[in-house]
Amino acid sequence: MAKTAKSKWNGFSLKPRKDVPEGLWLRCPGCEQMVYKSSVEQNLNVCPRCDYHFRINAKTRIKYLADEDTFEEILPDLRSHDPLDFRYNDSEYKDRLKADEKKSGSAEAIKIGKAFIKGRQIVLAVMEPEFLMGSMGYVVGEKFTVAVELATSEALPFVAVCCSGGARMHEGVVSLGQMAKTSAVLARYDKAGGLYIPILTDPTTGGVTASFAMLGDCIIAEPGALIGFAGPRTIAETIKVELPDGFQTSEFLLEHGFIDMIIHRKDLRSEVARLIDYCKK
Amino acid sequence: MSNTKNNNTAAGDYLAFEGDVADIDRQINELTKLSSAKGIDYSAEIYALQKEQVAQLKQIYSNLSAWQTVQVARHPKRPLLDDYLNLMVNDFHELHGDRCFGNDRAMVAGLGSIGTEKVMIIGHRKGKSTKEKIACNFGCANPEGYRKAFAKMQFAAKYNIPIVTFIDTPGAHPGIEAEQRGQAQAIAVNLLEMSILPVPIICIVIGEGGSGGALGIGVGDRLAMLEFAYYSVISPEGCAAILWRDGSQAAQAADALKLTSKDLLKLGLIDSVIPEPLGGAHRNIHDTIDNVEKFAVRTLRELKRIGTENLLKMRYEKLRRLGEPIAVKLSRKTAPAKRRIKAAIETMGKKTKSSSAKTST
Repeated sequence: MAKTAKSKWNGFSLKPRKDVPEGLWLRCPGCEQMVYKSSVEQNLNVCPRCDYHFRINAKTRIKYLADEDTFEEILPDLRSHDPLDFRYNDSEYKDRLKADEKKSGSAEAIKIGKAFIKGRQIVLAVMEPEFLMGSMGYVVGEKFTVAVELATSEALPFVAVCCSGGARMHEGVVSLGQMAKTSAVLARYDKAGGLYIPILTDPTTGGVTASFAMLGDCIIAEPGALIGFAGPRTIAETIKVELPDGFQTSEFLLEHGFIDMIIHRKDLRSEVARLIDYCKK
Repeated sequence: MSNTKNNNTAAGDYLAFEGDVADIDRQINELTKLSSAKGIDYSAEIYALQKEQVAQLKQIYSNLSAWQTVQVARHPKRPLLDDYLNLMVNDFHELHGDRCFGNDRAMVAGLGSIGTEKVMIIGHRKGKSTKEKIACNFGCANPEGYRKAFAKMQFAAKYNIPIVTFIDTPGAHPGIEAEQRGQAQAIAVNLLEMSILPVPIICIVIGEGGSGGALGIGVGDRLAMLEFAYYSVISPEGCAAILWRDGSQAAQAADALKLTSKDLLKLGLIDSVIPEPLGGAHRNIHDTIDNVEKFAVRTLRELKRIGTENLLKMRYEKLRRLGEPIAVKLSRKTAPAKRRIKAAIETMGKKTKSSSAKTST
């Protein structure tokens, strides 16, 4: 049985973050304690004291989730074509894309491909938080759609690790359209009887939550992840009321009935495998 | 006509970039006052002024910047959903409630007919007076609004009634309760279900098309926009606050977001633009609504002729192609021709080979 992991992490804070010193030690945002960096890394990037789940990039996520060296990436080189020719504040979207590609090492904010989880074949999509905060533009929508189409045609389960700030405003209505596109392709996959398991990680907000993240057969979240539609800052500014403790965390969503379970990072593999076995026809 | 218009538009209703138009209106007003007080005939002067005003309006509205378009779309006198319901929809009966939590006043649903076509109307209600505006939450719907919209759409689908949605919202409501009741989930479900709903769906952006809140009732067979409406992934102010780190740069952000009907049509993201009368919809509500009605009737007839299976197939293909780069679009169009040419070349090669084989033997 999967245990519901409890975290002491209280949710998003509007207070300015304390600076994290570089080097061997880092400050855990959950318990505000200094923890040894390598002890966190050995613990699947989870704080050994308070179970705070650190954000991890797509490569690490695939390493933790899929069986070793089984991930075969599809369309790794699909890059954004900058549909709006977007410029802002003396900088260009194109330059930002290049800079983030260098920083994150992937060409866009999602990686898709076939993989195995504990020997069960799946189609896996993993979002990359280091690339423009995992935001969804044309390429993310397209790659997600291709992944679902692949899962449909090969009758495989589909697992998507969501980690995104929402729709990418640099691509305007094009990125808004991807919400409709990904939902439409999921409708087809659903009709074909496919199993779709979204895994929501910190953060999943905006257009991604309002489309494919919430459309799963069984929705899993990591403990303490920020999950919501409007960002906490937007809400605080709009309604001018202090946000309650733990607002928009995974626990909050579970409480209000929008996700199925909260699973600790170390149990994700076994839980996904178990679900796949249960849903086999 | 312009006289009645002058009476309608109070001094505060002019947008900042309409200074000259306001001046002319003031002059005309003074002249009419003078002529009635002193009995002098100024009709020739007034006529000349009116002519100049029309020229001015034409000039201003043919070169609106993106930010000016946003201001026109938010004009306080712009026709709202209720004007459409009054002037365009016959026999409208509103249906309430999402059967789950409550009745969201920011979202309207109901049965009526446009021309002779029976339809289900879904739309955002912004409200006219301050009291109404507060009751309708300024057109920002909560999750129960989206769930109501979906429930009524299902009802329409059961009895094969086409759906027309009127989009006019700054965005879905960002609030604590909205999050508690699953704003994101409500919108996501609408996106999924609208993509497979077996009746024609026409979506019309009549004012503001604000992000997910607009898309939540904006997936269908045709997406049209009024000429000076806008449709965007984020409000220009929000975009400026994030990317420019200064909310007052909204004009630049609006420009960069390509949120006008003209730009979106060029990018292939919307299907048609419904023209507005000279000087924007708020200057002539009747003509605006007439244009929308004509569009709706024409499109409804067109879509009703298509069988359900084809309709859904075409809708899916339309959604599947959203945002596709032009190069891919072209290659898809030219692919069959390329294949034909390739095949022709191959057969030619075979023929020559076989003929050469014959000659060698």
